[in-house]
Formats: sequence, structure tokens, C-alpha cells
Amino acid sequence: MKIESIQDLEKIKQQYSSGLYNPGVVKVNVGMASCGIAAGAQAAYDKAAAAFEGDKDVLICQTGCIGFCEAEPLVEIFADGKPRVMYKNITEDRILDAIEDYRNGVSRKKWILGQLRDPRCLLEDDVDNPVDKVEPYEDIPFLEEVPFYKNQVKVALRNCGYIDPDCIEQYIARKGYFAFLDALKNKEPGQIIDIVKASGLRGRGGGGFPTGIKWATCAKHEGERYIICNADEGDPGAYMDRSILEGDPHSVLEGMLIAAFAIGSRQGFIYVRNEYPLAVKRLMTAIKQAESCGLLGDDIAGTGFSFNIKISTGAGAFVCGESTALMASLEGQVGRPRAKYVHTVEKGFRNSPSNLNNVETYANVPPILLKGADWYSGLGTEHSKGTKVFSLVGKVKNTGLVEVPMGISLKEIVFSIGGGVPKKKKFKAVQTGGPSGGCIPEKYMDLPVDYQRLAEVGSIMGSGGMIVMDQDTCMVDVARYFLDFLKEESCGQCNPCREGIKQMLDILTRICQGEGQEGDIELLEELGSMVQKFSLCGLGTSAPNPVLTTILYFRQEYESHIRDKKCPAGVCKKLFHYEIDSEACTGCHVCARKCPQEAISGEKKKPHVIDQEKCIKCGICYDACKFNAIAIR
Amino acid sequence: MNEASEIQTRQDPEIDFRQLDDIIEGQFGNDKENLIMILQAIQKQYNYLPKPALTYLAAKIKVPVSKIYGVATFYATFSLEPRGRNIVSICLGTACHVRGGDRVRERICETLNITDGQTTPDGRFTLETVRCIGCCSLGPVVKINDDMYGRIGSDEVEKVLNQYE
Ligand SMILES: Cc1cc2nc3c(=O)[nH]c(=O)nc-3n(C[C@H](O)[C@H](O)[C@H](O)COP(=O)(O)O)c2cc1C
Ligand code: SF4
Ligand code: SF4
Ligand code: SF4
Ligand code: FES
Ligand code: FES
Repeated sequence: MKIESIQDLEKIKQQYSSGLYNPGVVKVNVGMASCGIAAGAQAAYDKAAAAFEGDKDVLICQTGCIGFCEAEPLVEIFADGKPRVMYKNITEDRILDAIEDYRNGVSRKKWILGQLRDPRCLLEDDVDNPVDKVEPYEDIPFLEEVPFYKNQVKVALRNCGYIDPDCIEQYIARKGYFAFLDALKNKEPGQIIDIVKASGLRGRGGGGFPTGIKWATCAKHEGERYIICNADEGDPGAYMDRSILEGDPHSVLEGMLIAAFAIGSRQGFIYVRNEYPLAVKRLMTAIKQAESCGLLGDDIAGTGFSFNIKISTGAGAFVCGESTALMASLEGQVGRPRAKYVHTVEKGFRNSPSNLNNVETYANVPPILLKGADWYSGLGTEHSKGTKVFSLVGKVKNTGLVEVPMGISLKEIVFSIGGGVPKKKKFKAVQTGGPSGGCIPEKYMDLPVDYQRLAEVGSIMGSGGMIVMDQDTCMVDVARYFLDFLKEESCGQCNPCREGIKQMLDILTRICQGEGQEGDIELLEELGSMVQKFSLCGLGTSAPNPVLTTILYFRQEYESHIRDKKCPAGVCKKLFHYEIDSEACTGCHVCARKCPQEAISGEKKKPHVIDQEKCIKCGICYDACKFNAIAIR
Repeated sequence: MNEASEIQTRQDPEIDFRQLDDIIEGQFGNDKENLIMILQAIQKQYNYLPKPALTYLAAKIKVPVSKIYGVATFYATFSLEPRGRNIVSICLGTACHVRGGDRVRERICETLNITDGQTTPDGRFTLETVRCIGCCSLGPVVKINDDMYGRIGSDEVEKVLNQYE
């Protein structure tokens, strides 16, 4: 099937829209991104597929992920004329019962996350809401109103969890490739760049550079221009790019196609980290499908415009996310950054003008073209437009992927959407920006997510990792952790980064082992500012951020490590021990049974004690005690 | 060199050069820009990068062996030593770290009596650490071969490892 015109797209949209919304059968969508699969979605899918093989009334399908990772595997079940219901935690042993439950009128309320108020994406205003006239179930909340989803606005994630990522027709059914074909047929490249400029879209990979300006600069330089997608996603704790690639790969291809037409490029590359095998597989399928529809390849839709995309996999080097290192790696070289006296938009990959954008940046482009720059810039704050996807992880109840308009407060994300810290523990900080970012303390939780405002408190927006930390997280250890990460990942070619990080790490390691000295904090600050000033690439210049922000906001924790030789959070092993509080201990014996060292003893129903000689501080008892009887001293 | 890897330094396996041609030429068109992906494919085939394969590769794509070694040692994925039958990858990404990933690592190291990058003397396990495999919501995460274990507690480590021969 060759697609030559908007009419062709329209035909496919008509045909597949009904499959998405009025399938004529009971349709079961199992969320199958890699974390869903890890949580058991594949087994659930296989079980249901086998049970209903050949059944004309029930169709088992896969989708990407709808973001609420905490409740994975998520399974949506729907049929014509009935509400669409999202079931949660549907593992292999539950899936058949869940389908049965849906067919019998929905009584397992505890298994249900919500019913959908509107399954359409933001581009489908010309399609009727399929559940508009359906009588909703009483006493089942609307998915759009459960706290996790309430404040979300899905632009980049518009299709994740709603379509089968391996099916280009379903992407088209939700207005996919309309923006590209319209741009190709009806717009001038310069016009497209102007729209992207006016939208205020800024790069989502971390730097936040205005996308339209980057495109315009690249288009100005003569030569064989390249369009590159950064899917290296190196920030540990961030996985929105993975989710987009696994749940909606065509949105990235379409964004790249639009960039290619606007900038004037014939060849694109996607640089994906090899820790993401499923993303690679889905991308390969998507590229093949787009090629066979004539949306990628030579002479696209008879316009003379040609564009091909090649996938290249990384090999586990964080620094290869940096633009110049990434391009070196694409050439099959060692991924060392170079000084950017000449920018990559002028001389990048193969020494040619190269436009590099992040996955999420590209995924935002098609809606901007379809709905207009004004619509996009209407979302967000003065300097930060649109939405941003965050991966909300760590010590938070509702872990998952959230897409929110810029300007929403950190508090709303962590507490309203994320549900706060679990197990009645106390919130301590939220880390944004990964190894280049900082730890933001409670007093700044009213801060809006905005490039400038996050920078003012010493952090950055970064690529979207948002790691929540609680009373059990030691901030000195977190600083040590990030430097350890960066020491491993530094490419080692410049002194300030290689030696500076190593020295800072040595000091922090000493502090964590109880050998900190007066003056260490000041030394860290001094070294930090040296590394910031004199490193060559962004890895080095931002490396001290986690250390400097934790010193700024959690200085007393450093001081108790150095002066009192205590780790208040109970992480640095040489600086604390566990003790059982005899008042609180009920003598339930749970801890004693779990202790791998047999260090805990006591009679049933009497307070227990820990033999400090035997204890290796593994923390198993601390996590196991339901009565908070194990104290950190 | 530690004891565990010394025992591992056994003879390089038989290299089937036709198979290498399939990778280098067939899949990747003898193109040196594809070096990293070629190395990945070779590692997939042999579980590590055998020396004779790299020498052969150097000649095929006309890149000095020293440069190939440079690339193979720069990127964390590659191993120049044979690895165990089962690859245990412990995630030490930030999300897993704050949820106790380090304690899980300690338990695994104790149970197997090896540290990161080492292989057990019987060749049963190789231990690796990774920085985020994108399943942070399930942290702490351990991956053994292609199987993912999420929300793993340090007290569950032994049971999980025992499933692998
Ligand atoms: C050390 C380092 C690592 C980076 N890692 C990534 C990454 O994993 N993904 C990404 O999109 N950008 C990463 N960046 C930012 C890129 O250099 C680049 O700014 C970005 O991909 C440009 O795309 P954007 O303008 O759409 O954000 C990294 C930068 C540095 C300095
Ligand atoms: S700052 Fe660090 S990572 Fe960047 S080029 Fe210098 S040594 Fe390499
Ligand atoms: S910390 Fe670990 S070793 Fe120590 S008493 Fe608790 S369970 Fe036993
Ligand atoms: S688990 Fe808690 S309450 Fe039970 S015996 Fe141990 S310390 Fe006491
Ligand atoms: S549920 Fe989706 S990425 Fe996890
Ligand atoms: S931090 Fe462990 S999977 Fe992301």
C-alpha cells in the first residue's frame, strides 16, 4: 500500500478508527512496554491469546505503556456501547478473570484503575468520542480523574498505551503522518521552521536549546545535511524516550521526517542505547512499515523529496549522549567529545551540517504543525512552552511516566500525581536532571517546572528523570553515587574532569567512611567550581552540580558525617548501627527469621535484640519490621 | 588478574569465518562506520570478543587492530574475556540506588563470591553492573540473561540465582 496523499491517509484513518474505538468484539489491550513485560504482561498476553485463539468475540492486542508503571501490568478492556475499563496489576493468573469480569458487567472493583472518559488523542477533534453516549459505570472513577492522570496533558505521549506500536495504520488512525504530508505538500521549509520557532519548543534532551533556531541554523549551512535522533537516554532513572520508542515509534519518525523536509536532508540516524532491545525492535518494524507505505525512501508521495532512516546502537557509554561524542560514535569511533568552536549544525557527523534532537523533541513536532504554534505556546510558562514528560521514580507511591504542562509545581507532581512518599516516611528531596542536575529540598517544592526556575535553585530540567528521596536516602551518599557514576563515564581526555571528579569522589568516599575532616566541604566546593569552569564538555561542567546542591541544602548531613561520624539516614555503613527499640518491638520474630546472619534473637512476644558482632547492616530487618521497631543509631 | 578470570582465560573458541563474513559483510557491508554494531553482533555470537575475530575484522574493514581495541575497551558493553553462561546485570541507576540496589548487589556478590566484572570459577555466572535499564518503576532491578526481576529484595537473591544452571 503506497500512501501518496492526505486522502490516502484519510481512508486508512476511517478504516482503522473503528477498530480502535468500535471494534465489534471485546478488545483486550495489554500494555507491553519493557517494564510492563518485566512485570508480567507477556505471560498475561500469552495466556489470554491462547485461551481466546480462534474466538470471534474476543481480540487480544498489545499496546505500549500508558504510564502508570506502579500498577503494571495494565490491561484495558472495551467493547462497543460499553465503557472502556482499565484493569491494573493483571498478571497471568488474573487476566482470564479480568476478561470474564468485563463481560459480566464489572464487579471486581479492586482490580480497576478507572474507566475512560475519552480515549481519543488531542489531534482527533474531527472524530466523535466513542464513549460519549455510553452510560458510565457508577462507582468507578474516570481514569482522567484519578489523581495520577488528573493534571496530565498528553502531547508527546499522545498514543502511548492506546495503539499497537507495531501497526502503522493505527498511528495513522490517530492523525499520524497528516502533519508530515501536509507540510510536504502545502508548506515551504522556511514556513515549517517558523512555526516550530514560534511554538517555543525547546530541546527535551537536557540542554533546552530552542528547536526552531537549531533547525534554521542547520538549514543555513551548505552540504549533505543529516538529521539525527538522540535516543541514548543515559540519565539513570529516566525512561521517557524508551517509552515513546516502544509505545509510539512512528511519532519520532514523523518528527524526523518533518525536520528533514524543513532542513533539507536525505539521511537520518537514530542512535539508540543497546540496553533498549525492544525499542530497537519496534523502531525497525516502524521503519519497514513506513518504507513500504512510501513514507520513507525515495520520492516520497511523488514530491521528489527522499529520506531514509538508519538505526545505530550505542554500547553503554553515557558520554555518547553528548552531541559531538554521539556523532563520533555514529562514525564507528571512540565517543570522545570535542570542543565546539564549530557547532555540529555546521560540521557534525561526517563533518557535515547535522541536526541533533532528542526523541521527545521530535515526538512533539507533528502536533505543533497540526494544531499550530499558538496552541503549543499557550501551554506552559513564559520561557518554557508546552509539556514535559517526567519519569517519577524512587521513593514515591505512584511511580510512572507523567506528562504535564510546564509551570506546574514540583509539589503537584510529587504529591498530587505521585501520591507522595510511601510507607509513611518523610520526604527529603527530589533530584532532577540526572548526573548533571541537583537535589531540590522541600522548601522549594512550590517551584514551577520551568527551565529558568530550576536553574535558579542549582538544578536543571534535564531530560526528565525525577527521583524522589526520603528520610532513608543519605544525601552525602547520593552525591558520592553521582560522582562515582561520572568518574566511570568521564571519557578522560581533559584534566579538570578526569582528575577533579576523582579527587572529589575520594573526599566523599572518605566522608562516607567516617574519615571526613574539617575543611572537606570547602575543598569540595573549590574543586567543584574548578571542574565546572575548566572542563571541555557538558559532562564535566555539570558534574559538580549534585555535590554543590547537596552541600547547599543539606549541609548539616555532611556535618554530621564529618563531625559526629553519624549517617542519620542509615546508609553509610560505618556510621550507624541498627538497634531494636524494646518499647516498639512486639516480638513477632519476623526480622529474626529473615536475617541472613542469624544476628537477631529473642523469645516470641518479647522484645528482640541484635547481636552487633554478627550484623552486616544489610537492612533486611529494617525493611521487614512492620512496627518501626528497628532504629538507626 | 584475579583468580576467577585467570581460570577463564582458556583457549579461544573455534572461529567460523564464514559466520563472521555473514556479520561483517552480509549484515554490515564491510563498512567501518558500523564497527560498534559489528562488535555487538560478534559478542552476541561468541558471548565475548575473541582475539582472532577482531584480527579478522580489522583486515576486513581496513581498520588497525589497535583502533578496534580502542573502541572495544572504551565502550562498557564489550568484553575481551569469555563470560559466564549466565549474565547477571545489577542495575545501579539512581532510581534503583535509592531503593537499595547496592544492598542487592552486596548480597549477590556475597552469594557468588565475586565482584563486578568477574566470572565464577565454574563459569556459571558473570556479574555486571548497568546504569538503568529503563524499568526504574520496578526498582531495584536485576536482569539475568533476558529475564528481568523487579522489586527484588536482598533476601530473594539466592532463590532467583538458583534458577540458573
Ligand atoms: C554528558 C551528556 C550526556 C547527554 N545525554 C543525552 C541523552 O542521553 N539524550 C539526549 O537526548 N540528550 C543528551 N544530552 C544532550 C545532547 O548533547 C543534546 O543537547 C541533545 O540531544 C539535543 O537535542 P534537543 O535539543 O532536542 O534536546 C547529553 C549531553 C551531555 C553533555
Ligand atoms: S569534560 Fe570529561 S567527559 Fe567531557 S570531554 Fe572532558 S574528560 Fe571527557
Ligand atoms: S541488618 Fe541484616 S544482618 Fe543486621 S540484624 Fe538486620 S537483617 Fe540481620
Ligand atoms: S520485626 Fe520488628 S516487631 Fe517483629 S521482632 Fe523484629 S523488631 Fe520486633
Ligand atoms: S508502565 Fe510503562 S513504561 Fe512502565
Ligand atoms: S535506575 Fe534501575 S532501571 Fe532505571
